[in-house]
Amino acid sequence: MNKINVQLITGIFVVIGILSFSYLAITVAGASFVEQPGYNLSARFTSVSGLRPGAVVEGAGVRIGTVSSIEFDPESFEAIVELRINDGVLVQEDAIAAIRTQGIIGEKYIKIVPGGFEELLTDGMQIYETESAISLEELVSRYIFQTEG
Amino acid sequence: MTQETAIEIRDLVVEYGNRRILNSIDLDIPLGQISVIMGGSGAGKSTLLRSMLGLKKPTSGAIRMLGTDICTASPGQLQEFRKQMGVAFQGGALFTSMTVGENIQLPLRQHTRLDENTIQIMTRIKLDMVNMLPHEHLMPSELSGGMTKRAALARAIIMDPKLLFFDEPSAGLDPITSAELDELIIKLKQSMNMTIVVVTHELESVFKIADRIAILGDGGLILAGTPEEIRASDDPRVVGLLNRTPRQVNVDVDQHLRRLSGLQEASDKK
Amino acid sequence: MKTVESLGSSLLASLEQTGRTFLLLLIIAYRIVQPPYNLYPIVRQIYFIGARSLGVIVISGVTIGMVLGLQFYNTLERFGSVDILGSAVALSVLRELGPVMTALMVVGRAGSAICAELGIMRISEQVDALECMAINPDKFLVAPKLLAGIISVPLLTCVFSVVAIFGGYFVGVVLFGVSEGSYLNGMIDAVVWSDVRLGLVKSLIFGLLVTLICCSKGFYIHLTKSGSLGAEGVSYVTTDAVVISSIAVLFSDFLIGAIL
Repeated sequence: MNKINVQLITGIFVVIGILSFSYLAITVAGASFVEQPGYNLSARFTSVSGLRPGAVVEGAGVRIGTVSSIEFDPESFEAIVELRINDGVLVQEDAIAAIRTQGIIGEKYIKIVPGGFEELLTDGMQIYETESAISLEELVSRYIFQTEG
Repeated sequence: MTQETAIEIRDLVVEYGNRRILNSIDLDIPLGQISVIMGGSGAGKSTLLRSMLGLKKPTSGAIRMLGTDICTASPGQLQEFRKQMGVAFQGGALFTSMTVGENIQLPLRQHTRLDENTIQIMTRIKLDMVNMLPHEHLMPSELSGGMTKRAALARAIIMDPKLLFFDEPSAGLDPITSAELDELIIKLKQSMNMTIVVVTHELESVFKIADRIAILGDGGLILAGTPEEIRASDDPRVVGLLNRTPRQVNVDVDQHLRRLSGLQEASDKK
Repeated sequence: MKTVESLGSSLLASLEQTGRTFLLLLIIAYRIVQPPYNLYPIVRQIYFIGARSLGVIVISGVTIGMVLGLQFYNTLERFGSVDILGSAVALSVLRELGPVMTALMVVGRAGSAICAELGIMRISEQVDALECMAINPDKFLVAPKLLAGIISVPLLTCVFSVVAIFGGYFVGVVLFGVSEGSYLNGMIDAVVWSDVRLGLVKSLIFGLLVTLICCSKGFYIHLTKSGSLGAEGVSYVTTDAVVISSIAVLFSDFLIGAIL
C-alpha cells in the first residue's frame, strides 16, 4: 500500500465523518447552538409539565419559533418559559400562549393564539395570557369526582 | 595492539525476581576489536547482552560504555548514548509493516534532518555493504533467514555506530550463509573501525572472527582472553565447551532413583 | 487453599494491569507533547482504525437502523403513534446504540489487530530494537494508535448514526408508509444538541478506552504470564483485550449515562 493511497483514503474517511457530524449537528439537532434570527419573549405558566427546551412554538399549526429555556420561579411558584420567535412573526400584546400535546402521548408544544390589540410585543417582553399544560390524569380524576358528587 | 577499553563491566549482578542470573561479572571489552561472548544455553549470555543494551537493569554493579555508565545514566543520556550503538537482534527484529529499505532508514529519519536524497544514498551504501542492494523493496516476510540477518545488520550500522552488538549471527543458518556472515563482520571491523561484540555459541565462527573471547558459565565469567589463551586453557569447563563433551552431572544413584519414582517427597514428609 | 491462593494472585495481576494501563495513558500524554511531531504515523493509524472500518460500520449501521425501525414501528403502531418513529430511532441511535455499537465493532475489527501487532512486536524483539535505536517505543508505536482511536471512533460513530437513521427511514417510510415529513421533522424537533453531544462524549471516551486497553494488553505482554508463551501468548492477550475492552465500553456507557 503506497503512501499517497493511504492518505487519500484517510482523507475521504475524515471528510465523510465530518459531513455525517455536520448533518447530525446542523440538521438533526436543529443547530440549537446557532442563533436563528429572531427575538425573545417570555411567558409564565402554572404548569409546564412535559414541555422540554427545544420544543416547537406554533401559530396556526405552523412552526414560528422554539422554547429556548424553562426556569422555575420560587417566589410565585410558576415556570418562566423563554421563547425564541422567528423574525417577521408579529405577536400582539393580548396573544395567548397555550401548552398543547400532539396526539394523546405525543410531544408537548406551545401554541400561540393571536389577540386583537394593535400593540405588538417586542424583544424581552412577556406574554401575559397563558394556558398551562392540561394533565390527562387531572381531567380524568376531576370527571370522576364530579360524577360522584 | 592498543588496549583501550570500550566497555568496562564491574562486579555486575543481575537477578530476575529471586533468581540470580549473573553473579559478579568483571569484563573489559577492548576498542576496535571483535569480542565474542560465548557459553552454553542458560549461561547468562543473553542477560549480559540485555544489560549492556540497557534493556535489563542490573541489581548492582556498573557497565561503563565509551565513558557513560549506563546503569546510572538518565533516560536522556541513555538515549544519546544509544545513537552511537547498533544492535542486530537474533531474529532480525525488522518491522514487518515496512520494506527492508524503510527499516534501514528509520534511525536516520528519526534522528537526523538529512534530505531525502542523502537518506536514499546512505541506505543503498549500507545495503551494498551487506550484499542486499537488490532486495531494498522487499518486505521482511519475503526474506530468507540469512537475508533477514543481513538486513538487520544494515539497520544496525546505518548511523555509523562506534559499538555494534550482534546476537547469535549464525543461529538457524546453514554453514555457508553463516560463513558469509562471519566474513561480513570481519569486513565491518576493518572498514569502519567498529568495536564489535558478538554473542554466540557456534564454535566454528568464534575462532574465525574473535580477537577476544569471554566464556560464561552458570552465571559467572569462566575465562576471558585471546583465542590462543582460550585454546591453551585446561579449565575443564572450557575444554568441555570446546570439545563439545556433555556436561558431567554428579548424581547419587539412589537419590536419583527415588526422585524418579516419586518416593522422595514421601520420605521427606516422614 | 489452592483456589483462594490462585484467586488472590489473579486479582493482584488484574489490579497490576489496570495500574499499568493508566500509567501508559499518562506516559503517552507526556510523550505526545514532546517533539518531534510526526503526523504520518497518525494518518496511517486513522486509515487502519477508521477508514478500513467504514464498510463494517455502514453495514451494521443500516442493519441496526432497520431493526430499530421495524421494532419501534410494531410497538408504536399499537398506540397509534407512528409519527414519533423518527425521533424514537434517532434518539436511541444517537444517545446509546451508535456509540456503543461502533465501539464494539472497532474492538472486533481494529482493537484485536492492534493488540496482536504490539504483542508480536514485543516478543519478536522489535520493541527492544526500537529502544536500542534510541527511538521511544511509547511515542513511536502506542501514541499514534491512541490518537487515531480518539479521532476515528467519534467520526465512525457519526457515520453509524446517520446511516442508522436512514436505515430506519427506509423501513418506516419506504416499507411501512409512515409519512416522510413526520419521520424527518419529528426527529428534527425531538433531537436537541445535548443528545448529539452525549453521543459524541461517549464515543470519545470509548475510542480512548478501547485503544488504550488493546495497546496496553499487547504492549505489556512480556510482563504477564502469556509473555513467555510466544504465539499462543499473543492469542491469549488478544482474547483478553477484546473481552476487557468490550466490557469496559458497556460499563462506562452506563457510568456516563448516569453522570451526564
